[in-house]
Amino acid sequence: MTVITPGAFEIRTSPHIKACVTTDAIMRNVVYALMPVCAFAVWAFGLSALALICATTAATVLTEHLVCKVSGRPTTVGDFSAVITGLLLALTLPPGLPLWMGFAGGVIAILLGKALFGGLGFNTFNPALVARAFLQAAFPVSLTTWIPAFVDGRFTRFIPTSLTIPFLSPETKAEALTNYLAQAAIDGWSGATPLSLIKFEHKTTAAIDLFTGMIPGSTGETCAIFILLGGAYLVARGMMNWRITAAMLGSAYLFSWLFYLTDNTNPTPAFMLFSGGLMLGAVFMATDMVASPTTPLGVWIYGALMGFLTILIRVKGGLPEGVMYAILLGNAVSPHIENLTQPRVFGTKRVKKAAK
Amino acid sequence: MSILTRFGLDKTFSHGVHPPEYKSLTEHRPIRRLPFADEMIIPLSQHTGAPARPIVREGQEVVRSEPIAEPGGFVSVPMHAPATGRITRIALARDVRGGMSPALFLQLYPGEGQEILYGAPVDVDGMSNPEIVKAVQRTGVVGLGGAAFPTHVKLAVPEGKTIDTVIVNGCECEPYLTTDHRLMVEHPEDVYEGIRVVQRAYQAARVVVGIENNKPDAVDAMRLAKPDGEPIEVESIETKYPQGAEKMLIKSLLDREVPSGGLPMDVGAAVFNVATLAQIGELLPMQRGLIERVITVTGPAVGNPGNYLVALGTPIRFILEQCRYRGEDASVVILGGPMMGVTVPSLDIPITKGVTSILVLDKAEVQKRNRAEYPCIRCGSCLDACPMHLNPSRLGQLARKREFDTMANAFNLMDCFECGSCSYVCPSNIPLVQRFRVAKSIIRERKAAS
Repeated sequence: MTVITPGAFEIRTSPHIKACVTTDAIMRNVVYALMPVCAFAVWAFGLSALALICATTAATVLTEHLVCKVSGRPTTVGDFSAVITGLLLALTLPPGLPLWMGFAGGVIAILLGKALFGGLGFNTFNPALVARAFLQAAFPVSLTTWIPAFVDGRFTRFIPTSLTIPFLSPETKAEALTNYLAQAAIDGWSGATPLSLIKFEHKTTAAIDLFTGMIPGSTGETCAIFILLGGAYLVARGMMNWRITAAMLGSAYLFSWLFYLTDNTNPTPAFMLFSGGLMLGAVFMATDMVASPTTPLGVWIYGALMGFLTILIRVKGGLPEGVMYAILLGNAVSPHIENLTQPRVFGTKRVKKAAK
Repeated sequence: MSILTRFGLDKTFSHGVHPPEYKSLTEHRPIRRLPFADEMIIPLSQHTGAPARPIVREGQEVVRSEPIAEPGGFVSVPMHAPATGRITRIALARDVRGGMSPALFLQLYPGEGQEILYGAPVDVDGMSNPEIVKAVQRTGVVGLGGAAFPTHVKLAVPEGKTIDTVIVNGCECEPYLTTDHRLMVEHPEDVYEGIRVVQRAYQAARVVVGIENNKPDAVDAMRLAKPDGEPIEVESIETKYPQGAEKMLIKSLLDREVPSGGLPMDVGAAVFNVATLAQIGELLPMQRGLIERVITVTGPAVGNPGNYLVALGTPIRFILEQCRYRGEDASVVILGGPMMGVTVPSLDIPITKGVTSILVLDKAEVQKRNRAEYPCIRCGSCLDACPMHLNPSRLGQLARKREFDTMANAFNLMDCFECGSCSYVCPSNIPLVQRFRVAKSIIRERKAAS
């Protein structure tokens, strides 16, 4: 018989057991899921892509840390959410973007996109996309200067524009860029992505190239396979809401098919699905938990709305690409979608519309 | 295993969670009787409703199973002496909520054989509903699944209501617990005797036994012992927490939804736990009182886990000593399951009628729940978990802002039955259900004050 020493027992409330998934684990796994995408980006665009990813991530993590310091709270860098923002931001930017712009974007992402709203869990918009929208408005030329993928010597040399001196325009490196492209034996580089090719020159790109990422584009948006792999990993671990992705891709497919039916000079649905940032957006950005609705019906509407907006902007808008604005608009209406789609409570008849 | 089970097609409700079961620790251990402690403590309020009134004096000798307290009203039950001995004191004793409440202290006579001398056989078949209600009250039986609501009150159906279906709750959906499982495997005939009494009281047309599909041996035992020619079905249903909650079980088995704020009888159903029925089946035909129950003693800090038949009033300390409890590893001692059970402030608290188990968790398990709390990242896991289809995420935010009226009026807070599924899944470790408990009691207080 054991002698029981009188000890203090902890008094606490039920439940006494917890599921294993934690917020920092979710965030860490999103980082893991982004690794293949980042690796492909570095393989396709070389040293500059690596430096850009590092610059934006360093900026977001540093800013997050400083914001916490200034506001006198313990640092929240350990929850990995700032790392995700940094990685995602780099992946949406052109690989040859001046590094200082990437860094500035990282600072903007955390300051404007996250800290101002109250930090993790309170941001209305996806912080990475807030920063990208800012950069696009501030530096329209740099944000649409594309570099061909798989240039020879990309692992030993930076794309000249990457190294633009802070606060100077990459125009100062125009000559160097021409040289860089010439040395790589690429003549007559039009600097167009498949989306701008089809929009402005009605030239289509082979689907297999789109799928495998053998195309120019933003740092991390080009390889659909790796994006889908990362997404599948998160879904398998129960850390991503696949319904948003499915709704967004499904509605993008549906609406581009409708546009294609009415006018067959429009891109085919398959082209639409695999070009531009749709995959990256649908898998990693639209699914940002904080900025999406939580209700089961809400997520379908939310995803479908973003898919529709993407195609509408691409086909009818002035820009070749519409994913960023589609997601930001989706983020903006997400609280309203949630309010209008409150689940029917067990044992009640009508669906309650939530008060504000 | 049935084909339905294999393909996940067993009857069930929507939402809920799948915590690890931990039942293998005790599910194959037959029920064993523990010895009597030297002193027993019998609180006068171990059920929902008015406390019982003592009918013995200090110093009085009592015989095992003799009534020692009478019901304090209709929603109340009598108490019976759990052993032969002498009532030494009628005084305040520490209770599980950390306060003090009146109790009878019983000193056992050493060497006493502890025979049950009380009881007189009755014929259930000849009894009317009011007679059955009275007889059930005399047994002192309350809901043994944990709620401790006096069973006879449920049997007295108000004018204008009919119960067409009796549901027998053999789910035992809480992790670790295996008492109902063992009862169904070892004493199915007692359960069926109890079913007979209840069915007679209601004149119910149908009886459905719901057992989670993680207990195929219990399903088999119950099917085998089923009396011929009775309208009784034994259903194997999905293993999912909180399958054993009344409203969920009625939904799973009958596809009826108890209306918000309503009771099972509003949809013509009444739910009884198998342990409750087994006790009625055992006690009522002999007109005896409830003096013991089966509990599971388990957890990582218990050296000899198992299912034990213990006398009501036995102190937890005595039981743990019998089960080779490792005090140095223990961190919390819980009465009930890990999802809804309560932690005890001291080991001198006795086993009462509503206690289903003693669960001792070690430090490793406790650490998990003491993780840091993050802000809500609106992942929506709690919405997918809530069996009542509430929005715990939003409710949690409203609770932070102390907007209790909005919680109740716009987000149906009062439909929350505190199963804890939301807190269990929350990756940010937000104590959601605790916030709801606080909010609910504030709302109730305000209502009472106005």
